[in-house]
Amino acid sequence: MDDFIFFINKALVSGAVLGSIYALGAIGVTLIFGILRFAHFAHGDVMTLGGFVAYGLALVAASLGISTFWPTGFIVLPLAIPITAAFALGIDRTVYQPLRARGARPVTLLIASIGVTLMIQGLIRLVAGTGVYSFFDTEPKELIRIPTEWMGGSRPINLTEPQLLMVIVTVLAVVALHFFLTGSRLGKGMRAMADNADLAQISGINTRHVIRATWVIAGGLACLAGTMLALDVSLKPDLAFNIVLPIFAAAIVGGLGHAYGAIAGGFLVGFAETLAVFNWSVVLRPFKDSIPFEVPADLYIVPTEYKLTVAFVILVIVLLARPTGIFKGAST
Amino acid sequence: MSLIELTNVHAGYGGAPILNGINLSIEASDIAVIVGPNGAGKSTTLKAIFGLLKVTQGTIRFAGEDITNAEPDALVPKGLGLVPQEFNVFTSMSVEENLEMGAYIRRDDFSATMGSIYEMFPPLAERRRQKAGELSGGQRQMVAMGRALMSEPKLLLLDEPSAGLSPRYMLEVFEQVMRINRAGVGILMVEQNARQALGFATKGFVLANGENRFAGTGRELLDNPDVARAFLGG
Repeated sequence: MDDFIFFINKALVSGAVLGSIYALGAIGVTLIFGILRFAHFAHGDVMTLGGFVAYGLALVAASLGISTFWPTGFIVLPLAIPITAAFALGIDRTVYQPLRARGARPVTLLIASIGVTLMIQGLIRLVAGTGVYSFFDTEPKELIRIPTEWMGGSRPINLTEPQLLMVIVTVLAVVALHFFLTGSRLGKGMRAMADNADLAQISGINTRHVIRATWVIAGGLACLAGTMLALDVSLKPDLAFNIVLPIFAAAIVGGLGHAYGAIAGGFLVGFAETLAVFNWSVVLRPFKDSIPFEVPADLYIVPTEYKLTVAFVILVIVLLARPTGIFKGAST
Repeated sequence: MSLIELTNVHAGYGGAPILNGINLSIEASDIAVIVGPNGAGKSTTLKAIFGLLKVTQGTIRFAGEDITNAEPDALVPKGLGLVPQEFNVFTSMSVEENLEMGAYIRRDDFSATMGSIYEMFPPLAERRRQKAGELSGGQRQMVAMGRALMSEPKLLLLDEPSAGLSPRYMLEVFEQVMRINRAGVGILMVEQNARQALGFATKGFVLANGENRFAGTGRELLDNPDVARAFLGG
């Protein structure tokens, strides 16, 4: 039983956390693609920026002596999210909108977003330096232990407070997004524009307004994801740049332009990566008498250093079976 | 004052101009039909009115107001509606959501309008929860027309509403067009089935090479031997 608890701690908790981060990032990528038809390569860096904005606000809060039961990085989110959303809006206004006005093709916008990647990372290094920061320099990271005696275990299920909050907040964000997209006038207008931008405009939908709303939502979710990631591990200038490829893989696996697909894709890739680097010999050990071969001490599907490849293996497999993703996404 | 008036309109997609001086005017009571060979600029005329391509010369006036090169979404509140020929429904959205998108500019209660559209197109009422992409061609055309009517336009532009439809559906679409017109909506439509359309049109315009060739009532154009020989297939 304790081996199963080890599996929950090391594989399921980590998978849910990683999946949450991927899902929040992939929703932003997929919404931007649906509305503007280009791959926003700088999305990872918007996430990192969101993390740094929250970190800065947490420092301010600490210097003011504000301390609560919850992690400070979590408490400052209601302020960090609108700041990051405004920043995302500002990037569109200064970089992408002028290009669109000149009729730039999607590939031009993609290249421009690579430039934005470098600019955001440069800006972060300029302001915060190249170091690694932690939200928990000034306060402890609370550990939540769920006793398992009732299910016959002797060791508890461990997860940190940020991990628990992250999964809860992701679920809340996804539910809120669902009601926004299916219930609100602007949300339906957003789906209409992603479906057929010309027809949306012909119907009287103010597409410039929808574009602004898309950046606000994508930027806000990116701040959430970046802060959560920083709370779980630590904060550095290339924090989310390193996971932008699995995030894109998640968005494509789910079906580009499809918000629910991005959520499914995010959790699929997150769990797949975690399970691929999990040491399965621990789980197999109790059955070693009934297994015909010797169970080695370490049994991984792939070594940890190759974790990143898992996302692409999943991508290839899914696209071979369903060329437009799990949910039927845009192919262009 | 005409409902819409085009004066010497030139327009194109940036390359060679497609419209080389289009003139036409329509009253609210009119069903106007544009006919002509392929590439004459029929659909382009509708797109130019709706701000979907650049007008380089000439003016377009709607109810006296200059709307040349206006943004498409700004034209809907003024009372224009357009049903494109292709890609004219939101395929991933339900029939009802398509109609709601047509009423996007309306902040009032539009349930009565929606009711009248379901009454006009009974097959849509049964399929209101179904995705528009799953419907047949004729039903999609109903959704497209219904969507455009949800904003309660004063002038409805229809780009080949009968394209790809069976003769039975074509007659049904034409009947609905006449019914919409009787309710006080001006109609400007492009039609391949020129003879049938001119049969009920109050005004007809023959276009060729981006210019007006003939204009008159539908009857006059049908009876004109030059028009019949050159544009209506003898």
